[in-house]
Amino acid sequence: MTSMIAVRDARDETAFARLFDHFAPRVKAFLMRSGADATLAEECAQETMAALWHKAHLFDPNRASVATWIFTIARNRRIDVLRRQRRPEPEDLPWGPEPEPDQADALALQQETAQLGEALAALPEKQRVLIEKAYFGDLTHSEIATQTGLPLGTIKSRIRLALDRLRHAMK
Amino acid sequence: MTTHDINHHLTDKLLMAYSAGALPEAFSLAVATHVSMCDECRARLGAYESLGGAVLERAETVAMAPDSLGATMARIRDGAPVVEPPAPRTRGVLPAPLCDYVGGDLDEVRWRSVGMGVKQAILPTSRDATARLLFIPAGAAVPDHGHRGTELTLVLQGAFVDETARYGPGDIGIADEDLHHMPVADIGADCICLAATDAPLRFRGVIPRLAQPFLRI
Repeated sequence: MTSMIAVRDARDETAFARLFDHFAPRVKAFLMRSGADATLAEECAQETMAALWHKAHLFDPNRASVATWIFTIARNRRIDVLRRQRRPEPEDLPWGPEPEPDQADALALQQETAQLGEALAALPEKQRVLIEKAYFGDLTHSEIATQTGLPLGTIKSRIRLALDRLRHAMK
Repeated sequence: MTTHDINHHLTDKLLMAYSAGALPEAFSLAVATHVSMCDECRARLGAYESLGGAVLERAETVAMAPDSLGATMARIRDGAPVVEPPAPRTRGVLPAPLCDYVGGDLDEVRWRSVGMGVKQAILPTSRDATARLLFIPAGAAVPDHGHRGTELTLVLQGAFVDETARYGPGDIGIADEDLHHMPVADIGADCICLAATDAPLRFRGVIPRLAQPFLRI
């Protein structure tokens, strides 16, 4: 998160390089699992990381972790480039003029990826593989509906946190 | 647009499929529109997007090309910084994602009559599923029909009732192959809803079946 904030606030290229080293190879693998060849995946991964730089001012640690944010950018590139479809996004919320930074919330949200990752790792292999396949674009929506048992327990606290955060922001 | 008292929500599976990017465009439109109206589903969606983040974080890696970082920095210098238009927010009947597809609010919808006062407007999405706006006059019925695939029906204005429940603004009905129903618009007001289907509907009567190819419903 510190690297992302440095990119957002100071256009820090060294911090960007750290994010690139960590995430670009993951984004490339993600796109190849989704059916892109190595050349296309390389190009899309570069585009995703460039978009991260250009959109950095929109990054809000109170709303998503860095991994989650990069996932949504990469996923939207996949839909755009591989499926050639538009991606309807929800209307943004009126978050108010200057939402007061809540360190505890931001920290909890940034830790969520690690916690969800541990929860994923703890799932029975069959279930974990299905969830990974779903997010890698290997399952159709009807396969998701019939095949994936959902790790509800593992994300309930995340939902509660997001709801609290929403109610706080909407006050 | 978060003032609705919503009783019928998205399923976890639909939220997961949307966050995984696995839904046909028409279904994504229905999900994005419901989330625009429903804080609870917005929070639940956030959780599923986090799951995507965790999957990415845990993913194997594939080495980037030599000097990929340099190429990306060149891309960054060449590309114009993204100046995001102010987040679209509407005060009309249609939430922002729908306005995008209509090209404006309700007064821009190009309705076509399908008989009995019912009107529809098919929205431009990919062909793997169909999204349409439906206008059902107060008290009127959509012909009795069943489903081959899945049908999502999101109420934007007014309300409808079928054999199973009453659906008001923001409520989303999820019908699958097991459900045969005849939605009727509430008597109080004309009902406008967004319906997304991934297979043609099955009508019971002969006349609607004959009309089906012309209505594309």
